[in-house]
Amino acid sequence: MSLNLIFFLLLALIAVLSAVGLLASRSALYSALYLIINFATVAVMYLTLHAPFIAIVQITVYAGAIMVLFLFVIMLLGAEHIGSLHPQRWFLPLALVLGILLLAEAIIIIFTQPNLLPEAQVISSDFGSPKAIGELLFNQYLLPFEATSILLLVAMIGAIVLTKPEKK
Amino acid sequence: MVAIEYYVILSAILFTLGIVGVLIRRNAIVIFMSIELMLNSANLAFIAFARQYNELNGQVFVFFVMTVAAAEVAVGLALMVTIFRTKHSIDVDQLSSLKG
Repeated sequence: MSLNLIFFLLLALIAVLSAVGLLASRSALYSALYLIINFATVAVMYLTLHAPFIAIVQITVYAGAIMVLFLFVIMLLGAEHIGSLHPQRWFLPLALVLGILLLAEAIIIIFTQPNLLPEAQVISSDFGSPKAIGELLFNQYLLPFEATSILLLVAMIGAIVLTKPEKK
Repeated sequence: MVAIEYYVILSAILFTLGIVGVLIRRNAIVIFMSIELMLNSANLAFIAFARQYNELNGQVFVFFVMTVAAAEVAVGLALMVTIFRTKHSIDVDQLSSLKG
């Protein structure tokens, strides 16, 4: 077993355990903290896959900005302990069985379908660097990039309008 | 490099956990976080395939997914604050006013 594989399995174990922790913890606050661990682990995985820029974006945007927003709202509402689990008792095993079925399907397809997964190709030295991504983003993907800026603007206006107190 | 099967399977596991989270949890914020987990697992598959095919387009796509997720979270959490203000709960089982 190579060192790479051991490193990957360790990261995968942390990612899966933190995801299980997200589902199992009673307080929404702990769920959010588990999710931050998960995002950080996946960011390390991006580093091993030659995506340093995306890894940093993952840390700053996801684990940083988005999760801080989550934590703020959880603490603001004081909604940590609301509705932790589904009230019907038969629902939990059913959900688990359905989840395991879905996972089994995915794994069977991955292993039995021929030519589904490609061979690893040799990559250039600047693969995934901010420069390479920036060139692609501002040439080939310029229009989607501008569209995202409008999307963010609309989301910002929407958030302000939605949370504005109603006039009496 | 680790074979891509491992990454795809890990992505599938995380996605399944996200789906199970949406099914079993009743707190709207936790359901929302499970959706983020699913988006994240899809991103992992994107990055793995980008490395495998030597194609940067996959990484650019992940970039867009993250932006859309950020917008979605901002609007979604604003909705939750508003719902909490009127209903004093974000338990999805209690939000049944639209039920006929």
